[in-house]
Amino acid sequence: MADYKTPQDLLYVKSHEWLKVEGDTATVGISDYAQHALGDIVFVELPDVGASFGAGDAFGVVESVKAASDIYLPVAGEVIAINEALLDTPETVNSDPYENGWLVKIKLAGEPAGLLDAAAYEKVVAEEASK
Amino acid sequence: MHTYEPPIFELSGAGKIGAWLPETGVPETALPADLLRTDDLAGLPELSETEVVRHFTRISQRNFCIDTGMYPLGSCTMKYNPKIHEDAARMPGFAFIHPLQEDTSVQGALRLTYDLQALLAEISGFDQVCLQPAAGAQGEFAGILVFRAYHLDRGDDQRDEVLCPNSAHGTNPATAAMVGFKVVEIATDPRGNVDLADLRAKVGPRTAGLMLTNPNTLGLFDENVHEVAAIVHDAGGLMYGDGANFNAILGIVRPGDVGFDFMHYNLHKTFTTPHGGGGPGCGAVGCKTFLAPYLPGPIVVENDDQYSSFTPEKSIGRLKTFKGNFGMFVRAYTYIRMLGAAGLREISENAVLNANYLRVKLHDLYPVAYDRTCMHEVVLQGKLKGAPDIHTLDIAKRLIDFGFHPPTVYFPISVAESIMIEPTETESKRNLDAFIAAMRQIAREAVESPELLHNAPTTAPVRRLDEVGAARKPILKYDRAAINGLRGDKATTDDQLEQPTY
Repeated sequence: MADYKTPQDLLYVKSHEWLKVEGDTATVGISDYAQHALGDIVFVELPDVGASFGAGDAFGVVESVKAASDIYLPVAGEVIAINEALLDTPETVNSDPYENGWLVKIKLAGEPAGLLDAAAYEKVVAEEASK
Repeated sequence: MHTYEPPIFELSGAGKIGAWLPETGVPETALPADLLRTDDLAGLPELSETEVVRHFTRISQRNFCIDTGMYPLGSCTMKYNPKIHEDAARMPGFAFIHPLQEDTSVQGALRLTYDLQALLAEISGFDQVCLQPAAGAQGEFAGILVFRAYHLDRGDDQRDEVLCPNSAHGTNPATAAMVGFKVVEIATDPRGNVDLADLRAKVGPRTAGLMLTNPNTLGLFDENVHEVAAIVHDAGGLMYGDGANFNAILGIVRPGDVGFDFMHYNLHKTFTTPHGGGGPGCGAVGCKTFLAPYLPGPIVVENDDQYSSFTPEKSIGRLKTFKGNFGMFVRAYTYIRMLGAAGLREISENAVLNANYLRVKLHDLYPVAYDRTCMHEVVLQGKLKGAPDIHTLDIAKRLIDFGFHPPTVYFPISVAESIMIEPTETESKRNLDAFIAAMRQIAREAVESPELLHNAPTTAPVRRLDEVGAARKPILKYDRAAINGLRGDKATTDDQLEQPTY
């Protein structure tokens, strides 16, 4: 079984996105397990700055050689920045999913709810990886 | 052996000629200056007849097709296309008519169209068939437009959602979105059926319809199809049947009898008109009487032994020029008439038997996502014991070395490392056994010598392609310098070009 990184200071959702809350803003990306399951990422489609989404809404697409997958916003919010570097180097999501491979920064529209801590998310991953 | 065949214009030599035209008796007229190209495009290649024939023959010999080997591409129904279909389609009365001829002068062709409409309606349990759509996705597009027209015609304008189980063909949600509906995904239950609780939770007054592929992309017949249809109908929605997997149920189940209101048929799959080279296809559609006024046109009708074209009063309109891909109608008609009712049923029974034979002979080595009796295809997983670094892609590539076209891989996406195998009814037991032996040997190699899989294919004209590079840095138009960089190929000019040697 491969070992996937799940940093302790982040929050996660079952659909494999992570969230790093800083005051009333948050950074969003996909987990190490997610990038590994998708394989080599070849394209990332991100929303426009200023777009608003509800919790659980699809806000973009990550495309690998195997499949194109929607990415979901763990909490409601307005996009205040996107990682434009990924448009040219989508492979950063594979090599560095938690730092340089971030996807969007949002202004939170409400209190984050129903998110998983690292330990709870690791259980989700272990269960899915065994399928 | 030189395995790379250059594009034909790199073989061009100034002044070479392969055909001589007679002197024209008509004075030459200059083309309008504003229509002439002014760029430095090279123009047409110049070659001798021998060079042209050898170039295209060499390319064709590197092509893998159903006439050269087993092509078990799940969901695609790559069955053998009987050659008698080509004889029928080339009969002068079919081959040399023009779509602008008056109906009265093409009665034979119209009768064949009419009879094929009736045969498909009988096979599927529907009342009216239209052969116009050119492919399955266009048939789906027609169906969802018809659903929309039906609801709006009744003043029911609140239905803006289409339900799609996650075991549906990928084109189903794409179709619904294309027509302007919101797509609502329905989960799959542990037996691979539509999850009824999730369906009940999501169906409602906004439901325009549900698109069901049955058998689904897991190769399973939905055991609750009657109940699914009842739930959708009770909410005022309609049932769309994706007929891409119709090859599994011919003469056994009629979609019109189990709750579907509309379906499309892939004549290029089930009814064995050629496909895999980009068409042309035929995604004919059929429906119940209450939806017939909205069908695309033209449809062929018969009055007093005279056949004529007809477009229904509230038709969604035309989807294709003239009457559709008529040559495909001739082939599908020939197939159905050659087989008859009993023969069609035997087709499906053998397609299902072949897929289950593979399942039972392989499920000890390759996990089966839903290990119950499957229909015409089986979904395995490329998760081999003792080979953690081997993935489905490696197994698929290694199959090429054994002379088999790889199955569909990484689809359906709901199954990890999926390998979707559809042998079809036209493979012999001997060939199926050879495929099983190859799959079992590959499973052994995965543990004992995984490099054989990682390096595969080694016997094909082209080695493993750089799919990641092709997606990240695509070269979208002809660029010899860029190609040289990729392949280390030297060919740059006519003089330097290395001719293939045999």
